Amino acid sequence: MTKTFALSSFTAVGLAALLAIQPALAQEKVLRIAMTAADIPRTLGQPDQGFEGNRFTGIPLYDALTHWDLSKSDAPSVLIPGLATSWAVDAKDKTKWTFKLRPGVKFHDGSDFNADAVVWNVRKVLDKDAVHFDASQVGVTASRMPTLRSARKVDDLTVELTTSEPDAFLPLNLTNLFMASPAHWQRKFDAAAGAAPADKAKAAWTAFAADASGSGPFKMARFVARERLELVPNKAYWDPKRTPKVDRVVLLPMPEANARTAAIMSGQVDWIEAPSPDAMGAIQGRGHKVYFNQQPHVWPWQLSFAEGSPWLDKRVRQAANLCVDRTGLLKLLGGMMGIPKGTVPPGHPWWGNPKFDIKYDPEAGKKLMAEAGHSTAKPLKVKVQISASGSGQMQPLPMNEFVQQSLKQCGFDVQFDVIEWNTLFTNWRKGAKDPSANGANAINVSYAAMDPFFGLVRFTSTKTFPPTSNNWGYFGNAEFDKLIADARTSFDDKQRDAALAKLHARIVEEAPFVWIAHDVGPRAIAAKVKGVVQPRSWFIDLAPVTVD
Amino acid sequence: MLAYLLRRIGYALPIMAGVALVCFALVHLAPGDPLVSILPPDASAELANQMRTLYGFDRSYPEQFVSWVWRALHGDLGTSIASGRPVTTEVLTAVGNTLRLAVLATLIGFMLGSLFGFVGGYFQRAWPDRLASLLAVLGVSVPHYWLGMVMVIVFSALLGWLPATGGGPDGSGWAWDWNHLQYMLLPALTMSVIPMGIIARTVRALVAEILAQEYIIGLHAKGLTHSGIFAHVVKNAAPTALAVMGLQLGYLLGGSILIETVFAWPGTGFLLNSAIFQRDLPLLQGTILVLAMFFVVLNLLVDVLQTLLDPRIARA
Repeated sequence: MTKTFALSSFTAVGLAALLAIQPALAQEKVLRIAMTAADIPRTLGQPDQGFEGNRFTGIPLYDALTHWDLSKSDAPSVLIPGLATSWAVDAKDKTKWTFKLRPGVKFHDGSDFNADAVVWNVRKVLDKDAVHFDASQVGVTASRMPTLRSARKVDDLTVELTTSEPDAFLPLNLTNLFMASPAHWQRKFDAAAGAAPADKAKAAWTAFAADASGSGPFKMARFVARERLELVPNKAYWDPKRTPKVDRVVLLPMPEANARTAAIMSGQVDWIEAPSPDAMGAIQGRGHKVYFNQQPHVWPWQLSFAEGSPWLDKRVRQAANLCVDRTGLLKLLGGMMGIPKGTVPPGHPWWGNPKFDIKYDPEAGKKLMAEAGHSTAKPLKVKVQISASGSGQMQPLPMNEFVQQSLKQCGFDVQFDVIEWNTLFTNWRKGAKDPSANGANAINVSYAAMDPFFGLVRFTSTKTFPPTSNNWGYFGNAEFDKLIADARTSFDDKQRDAALAKLHARIVEEAPFVWIAHDVGPRAIAAKVKGVVQPRSWFIDLAPVTVD
Repeated sequence: MLAYLLRRIGYALPIMAGVALVCFALVHLAPGDPLVSILPPDASAELANQMRTLYGFDRSYPEQFVSWVWRALHGDLGTSIASGRPVTTEVLTAVGNTLRLAVLATLIGFMLGSLFGFVGGYFQRAWPDRLASLLAVLGVSVPHYWLGMVMVIVFSALLGWLPATGGGPDGSGWAWDWNHLQYMLLPALTMSVIPMGIIARTVRALVAEILAQEYIIGLHAKGLTHSGIFAHVVKNAAPTALAVMGLQLGYLLGGSILIETVFAWPGTGFLLNSAIFQRDLPLLQGTILVLAMFFVVLNLLVDVLQTLLDPRIARA
């Protein structure tokens, strides 16, 4: 009796306690976002964690000289002025660019943005002799603007940038160079302990990361390592259209898809990146909205052109592209993928109307395979190196198995070499001829394609063969090198796009990839969150978002 | 006792040195580039080499090991490649979070496990024994990350009673109030099922064995009450149960990568998960080293406690 009473009492008290607790309703309009990252992306100006870092701690906190237009969901995201109002290459020396800077812009700490700030920000990653040089920011910056070499102040609102070779892609690359406040950093440096300037600089960057100052539409309000980052509006932002509408944004690292899904289902957050695909119906059933759009995110098999590769025959490469049932794959993914027609979609400035039409036509595929001497009775063995998971890899195992089955009907016998994601990523640089390929003649690594170098050039130039860059399959020849050189030296935007369109068309026709899917960047957002524009981009602008 | 203590510390020192060596070797033997988190794959080979030099990865392994151990002895575990923050701060913050979770999970597991174990041992082959054994087997068999997800679905998504994820309401540090404790309940309960099952099975076997011994019959013959005999059984079962609890606490201190990831609990498991996926070598090495040292020290403490409870162990 006593035991029963004790048990009942304990249960009653426990339940009462649980039921009595309700989260306090916040008065301010707070937008709580669960990111896929396991840690807050770095906040010191050059974020890590891939483009999710740029999305949440780059673009909201900082500005770059050039920006992506994130205001439209129904058109390609194009380059627009950011902290630079205009730019032009020197007519005589094509390695020199003049950027005119936006007047009246202030950093969050109140200091002025000017040419000195641009020079300082270039030196932070390119000049090893600068006191504020920070090795930890070099990798994610220098690789995204491979030809930038230096910056020079012309006057307070004019700066000259120099590249190692004529490079028309520089303005696009500069979307990745975020401007941090030199004055704010200097204060951190002056307050840092230690005698050696290098130690003080390191401490200053650590302090800067915890109390950052950029010129973006949001200011850093609170930073708890690995737990949360809180942003508040920069009411003095120079672009009134991008002045934030919410009072506070809370960013939470939540790497597990099911945890993010549970968090939005329980009302703990208002916005989750990449919800669990199985839970889309349940999420929408609770009244939340799932946003997605075309994204310059390619999910392909990159093919090997090394000696002995089965992909050396163009008919085989094109047959594989014709035999993938992408509509079936779309169903498998619950509609959360884009069907590719190439690296960029039709309508994109770099599309170029290729003569080879990527579509599902197994009969045409079988015909090409028969001409190449292969059939279901005499299949062609191919081996693909894939990962079981990984950033941007969508759902690699079921997707690859689906493609394996799809290609079987056309006479492909596909084997997989499944390895850990970081190892696959590292192997990507080593190339198909390296022992790390383990006999594979294709590799499945997804990539961003919003920049011509990343989307097109690095996979098709003879200058980007491993280990220089990611031309894993050693695809390239004089024709492609010329097309690339034409694009790199076309300094008029339209001419550059036309040159890139020619390059893209030829890439599709030669098919150094099996284009399988484009990611569509799904995110689930509570119904009370309004004003969301999901552009055709990896990024999204938080400034116009409101919370009812 | 002092001699025993010194002897045990003497044993622990080479273990610690071995742990440091194995930890360093394992991390460096794994494939992949240590700069993967800050060096995109499209970075040029020249830049990659430059970064390797800047981070000291161009030095020989013995050089790197000696330098790492020397700095670790001075309390400096280096700087996280990915976050740029000091590893010591990162690890100690995470250890604090995991310690809270692990202690609560161990206490829950120990209490429930002991209860089920004693019930099973006392009522062998009767229905309470079968029920307790079933719960114990379930505890060690059910995948705890699955259980965690089910608990989140039921208690957070469906009922809305408890938060689904996170280490607290606002990241302002820990406080022992309901606002914070509610974040800990689901992960702690999930984490407790394995120690519960193991302790229940251990205690059940112990109690059954003790009850079958002659001195228990002697105690009955002397007319000792059930509670008196129970006290003797507890006293004799305690050292082993305590040892098992210590080991379980050690395992849980390692942080369950799966549970902490499912609940986004900012502990050592969450940290390790992040370090592994970012291939953040200093963070990975530092976390493993600190956890391994905790485990060694915990075992030492349990041994000493056992000796205090049963002095025969020190004489052995």
